[in-house]
Amino acid sequence: MRKFFSLGLVRGLIWQVIGTAFGIGLVTGVRALMRLPAWKAEPAVVVGALFGALFFLYGVGVLDDWLKWANGEETSDEEVDETGLGRRRYFGASQDHKVIGIQYLTLALILFTVGGTFALIFRTELVKPGMQFLTPLEYNTLMSLHGIVMIVGILIGISAFMNYTVPLLIGARDMAFPRLNAFSFWIAVPAGIILLSSLFLGGFDTGWTGYPPLSVRAPLGMQMFFLGVSLSSFSSILSALNILATVIRLRAKGMTPFRLPIFVWAAIATSIISLTATQLIGLAFQMVMLERLLGMGFFDPVKGGNPVLFEHLFWFYSHPAVYVFVLPGLGVISELLPVFVRKPLYGYKWVAMSSLGIALTGFLVWGHHMFASGMAEYLREPFMYSTLLVAVPTGVKFFSWVATIWKGKISFPTPMLFVLGGIVVFLLGGLSGPPNATVSTDLLLNNTYYIVGHFHDTLFGGYVFPFFASIYYWWPKMTGKRLNEKLGKLHFWLMGPGMLILTLAMMRVGLLGMRRRVADYDPALGFQSYHIAMTLSGYLVALSILIFFINVFLTMKRGEVALGNVWGSRSPEWQVASPMPVHNYDKPVVVVGEPYDYGLPGSRYVKFEGED
Amino acid sequence: MKHIFIIAILVIASTFAIHTGLSSIGLLPAQASAQAVSIDQLFGIYTWAIAFVFSLIVVILLYSLVVFRRRKGETGEGAHIEGNTNLEIAWTVVPLLAVFYLAYLGGKSLGETRRVDPSAMVVKVVAGQWYWQFQYPDYGFGSGDLYLPVGKQVDLQMTSNDVIHSFFVPEFRLKQDILPGRTVDLRVTPTVIGSYKVSCAQLCGTNHAYMIANVVVVSQADFQAWVTKQLATASQDPALHGLQLVQQFGCAVCHSVDGSKKVGPTWQHLYESSVTLADGTKVTADDKYISDSIINPNLQIVKGFSPNVMPQTFGQTLDDSQIQAIIAYIESLK
Repeated sequence: MRKFFSLGLVRGLIWQVIGTAFGIGLVTGVRALMRLPAWKAEPAVVVGALFGALFFLYGVGVLDDWLKWANGEETSDEEVDETGLGRRRYFGASQDHKVIGIQYLTLALILFTVGGTFALIFRTELVKPGMQFLTPLEYNTLMSLHGIVMIVGILIGISAFMNYTVPLLIGARDMAFPRLNAFSFWIAVPAGIILLSSLFLGGFDTGWTGYPPLSVRAPLGMQMFFLGVSLSSFSSILSALNILATVIRLRAKGMTPFRLPIFVWAAIATSIISLTATQLIGLAFQMVMLERLLGMGFFDPVKGGNPVLFEHLFWFYSHPAVYVFVLPGLGVISELLPVFVRKPLYGYKWVAMSSLGIALTGFLVWGHHMFASGMAEYLREPFMYSTLLVAVPTGVKFFSWVATIWKGKISFPTPMLFVLGGIVVFLLGGLSGPPNATVSTDLLLNNTYYIVGHFHDTLFGGYVFPFFASIYYWWPKMTGKRLNEKLGKLHFWLMGPGMLILTLAMMRVGLLGMRRRVADYDPALGFQSYHIAMTLSGYLVALSILIFFINVFLTMKRGEVALGNVWGSRSPEWQVASPMPVHNYDKPVVVVGEPYDYGLPGSRYVKFEGED
Repeated sequence: MKHIFIIAILVIASTFAIHTGLSSIGLLPAQASAQAVSIDQLFGIYTWAIAFVFSLIVVILLYSLVVFRRRKGETGEGAHIEGNTNLEIAWTVVPLLAVFYLAYLGGKSLGETRRVDPSAMVVKVVAGQWYWQFQYPDYGFGSGDLYLPVGKQVDLQMTSNDVIHSFFVPEFRLKQDILPGRTVDLRVTPTVIGSYKVSCAQLCGTNHAYMIANVVVVSQADFQAWVTKQLATASQDPALHGLQLVQQFGCAVCHSVDGSKKVGPTWQHLYESSVTLADGTKVTADDKYISDSIINPNLQIVKGFSPNVMPQTFGQTLDDSQIQAIIAYIESLK
């Protein structure tokens, strides 16, 4: 029992409960002192949740060293060897980037399961016109939560891979700021709890976009949504800062910019966006929180505010965020393809620069979400041009992948299947994009199921498929065991077709005029058979994920042991035995060649100091 | 060279096959406005472009996967090819020119949809949770359905009473968000006589899915006849006038007239009946109760229903005679 209560997570949760109670008490007490009616739910709960998150961070222990410094105490600079703790170290504030990577991965998978379950519930509701077992408010809440839980899950999942792989790929001992790294992870946990608590505080019916004035009128759950997202945005910003510092300062000897593994370029591009744009969504959401709590009028036309301003602030982050989601995935595709086709990555420098190109153009295109919003008319044309421009660097990636595959010696283990699936599904997402980019065609497509199909393809192709490719690929590195190939292939062959049917049906009904975010639809539209197909394929995707979890479970129990260079990779992390030792490389890594010179006899990418 | 030849043939064949397939299933809803013409032309160009680029990538990909796959027992690595700068420049510049051309076409098509006819008929559109209301200032009356004469441009001047809504008629191809505190305009020229639906395309709260009204496009003569009829009913029977207001202000979205339970209480057999309130007291639904409930909906909440659902602005939007007309209509449902 004592052991259980010494776990960081458990202590954090207990402190979160205490902090929440403290915050609620504080607001109620102050109100009583001011001779106001003591109990007012909204400010009490918001301040309570905020204190709960802060107390959680204290309880879990990520503030310990900083508090000691503030107190003038010394702390040890030596990283602690926690291997003796076994699995327990995953439940506390570890500073090892590999442990934090796996913590992020676990949290991401939990959030995906929760968000996916929400989708299954409301997709089941949509099988028939008319309301079956949900009320419209419940439908709207589940649909909104599906969106935001998945988005937070994706961001967490990206941190998982960047945390685990970037230090390994560049030959570093750890991240540049290990304490900050632990903080970045652990703030996401109370943020996730607060976000999901909105389900029990009245829900919210605005979608993940939270546009005011609707979000000003929504139930209390709305505030938990805003607060949860604002807190988790700290996680994104700080881990982006950490990644950039790590790549700039901690690269192995000889690892010049154009000898970086290509995934690291994607991580740089993604981190630049996260570091500089995330503030805008936090800001926009906090402004609505203040509008609700203190009656400020930022977006209220009656008080001289402007609701379109919110849309600008919101999309200034939320469009580049899409590239935060997909750039690491595209980086994984570029990283893994050469390994499985045994050929150099075609046009390395162009692929690296295209990631930066996408990131920079991504900052100039947010207005395409607002073609029908009533923003200034003259803005529509420039945003159309800048948006279509994104197709150019994205095209460079596709052409380079195809040229990489050309004349290779291609094999098809599970990670490669997911890479190829990612390419095809992302191609569909990409090609369905330009009709949204030209204003006049977008006037039909905006806010229809077509958009839903389009972005599910880009996110599945650019994120979900590469995410699973990297899990299957790096699993032996993480655990020393290899996931079962048969179950992995079954996972792929269920998820791939399920995904394609789902998104193509979405685009089909969207073009015919089916609005998105509706709890019910008119049977006269004739869309019911498409909705049945979408729901069934949604279940197919869920089944494939279930098979993945079964695979993980069976592999942990009695999986094939794989300690060596399973895929024949040239990358440094595969030149040492799995699982990775605590401080990564015993001898420093030295880069002596190009990263992807497969097929060039006698060439090497890295050696270890002291070797020849 | 042999590879390139086979691939070229396959790409061409696949492009035509995909284009034929997509066109034959009918991708778009019926075309019913002048603005839709140039939009649909652009969709036509996209269908070709998407069929071609998809074929190009997927054909080369699948071809490579089959031809260059590692055969059983085969060892060794792939060809050591690192890249080709000319090729990279080509597949940067060609797409760049292509997207600029597309953007140019998009701009032209946008211009077409925004063309202004100075003699357009003005209709004021008021959107609210969860109703549509259409006012015809040229004639001085309002309606819950949007009647439009065919072949004449209409200038929809739209504003919202509460949150952001969006005007969307798929057959017209157009969509425009409607903002509170501002008037935005949308011009549409219906070209085909028929019945359509306008639905709200911007999530606007609980009953968003049901925020739908009829759009009826009729001939010039039929439109005149409809105008005449509207003007006549407004001045006759107060109950009929009330019905018109009820449709216009969207009351029927939440209040049924057949006894079924919606978001608000039904109006069937309501008048002069005994109503149980949330606090347990009983009141009689007389003229004063109904009038109070319209002007200040939170004053007396009926048992089993939630407060803060009904807009609290009807005291300003409706004048006394209009409220009396609605009461007369509810009385007729006794």
